[in-house]
Amino acid sequence: MKVSIDPDRCQGHGRCFSLAPGLFDSDDLGNGFAVGDGMVAAGDEELARLAQANCPEHAVLIEE
Amino acid sequence: MTTEITKPPVEDFATDWDHTDPTWVKDPYPIWDELRETCPVAHTNRYGGGWFPVTHELVSEIANDTDHYTSRTVVIGNGRPGDDAPPAPIGVVPPISSDPPFHQIARRIILPALAPRPVAALEPRVRELCKSLLEQVQDNEIVNGSSDYAQYIPANVVELLLGLPHEDEDLFRHFIHVALEGVDEPDPDKRIEMFTPLEEYITRVVEERMANPGDDLISYLLSVEVGGQKLAPEHIFGTVVLVLIAGIDTTWSAIGASLYHLATHPEDRQRLVDEPELIPTAVEEFLRFYAPVSMARLVKEDFDFHGCPMKKDDWILLGFPAANRDPKAFKDADKFIIDREVNRHLAFGLGIHRCAGSNLARLEMQVALEEFLLKFPNFELADESAVTWSQGQVRGPRNLPLRILK
Repeated sequence: MKVSIDPDRCQGHGRCFSLAPGLFDSDDLGNGFAVGDGMVAAGDEELARLAQANCPEHAVLIEE
Repeated sequence: MTTEITKPPVEDFATDWDHTDPTWVKDPYPIWDELRETCPVAHTNRYGGGWFPVTHELVSEIANDTDHYTSRTVVIGNGRPGDDAPPAPIGVVPPISSDPPFHQIARRIILPALAPRPVAALEPRVRELCKSLLEQVQDNEIVNGSSDYAQYIPANVVELLLGLPHEDEDLFRHFIHVALEGVDEPDPDKRIEMFTPLEEYITRVVEERMANPGDDLISYLLSVEVGGQKLAPEHIFGTVVLVLIAGIDTTWSAIGASLYHLATHPEDRQRLVDEPELIPTAVEEFLRFYAPVSMARLVKEDFDFHGCPMKKDDWILLGFPAANRDPKAFKDADKFIIDREVNRHLAFGLGIHRCAGSNLARLEMQVALEEFLLKFPNFELADESAVTWSQGQVRGPRNLPLRILK
């Protein structure tokens, strides 16, 4: 599984990096980005899905 | 205190809605539930004419449409703003009153100051503030959750952000108090009059900070350059006023509504006492269920919106709180679920105008609730009939007498 943030949709609500701080981080403006190459370690898939399900802008993308 | 303006009571919210009608102020949720089923874009001739979308889908559509709607005025006034309204794209209080493309420039200026890391660094001071407010009332049998506690948290945090001199604290609190009373004042002229002393004070502070810069938001705004140019004085003043008006009664309302809920739902209160690690999740549900803020837009040009003949300068009341109760967007939307895991709420809006202070608001709510429950793990409403709710586009309890139980 691989996560990424669509920068055109993200408005900096901050849900992804609050819920899954190992998978996402925030830049200087408070917008989210995927940590590293976005690969999700085994066992963290549910966290990734939780972040996706809580983004008000539907900006969290998951490739399975 | 508020003066009465005689307005006929609303009989049909689908064709004559009014967000200041006493029925709406007391309990808006049944009104919104009915409109969602029968008339998802309600209309009114009040305020010179306006529309109220109620569903999650329609609110999202309008919040994301900056082609047909402008933000140059985001608070509904008594009549059509017409050509007297501040011009787009800057508006009076940038960036909330700004349209693209200027909006993005103004927003990028303030976002770094309100990003997660600088906000997290404020936590110890917010906690210290909450503890000290609670110590002042710790021996009281009745504590007013709104006027003894919730109100002072964002007011003091804003004071911290703006770096106001400590010796001005009483003065600033007085001006804020008068201005905040004006928040609920229905007469716009009176409202402006009540806000004037605070404006004059801020002007003085900005001038003083020009001479003696410090490590605060005002000094930062004074130092920022965009394309080699310093910000216009009215831009700086407008952004400071925005921090004051958008940062105080909103968070005050959110903390107050959370305490109201805990006072009326002992099982939820006990759950947070037993599992304080659940508080961040609970904060999201407080935000969804009791979302305090509705924002306004103006229609740019005559335009047909799903069959609604919108006219230039018609008001739009963006019902984020109503969208948060839409059963098509939320499972069991009408139920408060304290450990709700999936919660894509719109309490901070949607699109380019997402509340710039949302990280700060969340921090204040979280710390305020943690400290309150530590000090007072058991409390209830002292008098249900004495609870009053604010009128207008920010909803929260303004009188909230809580009986502290041993």
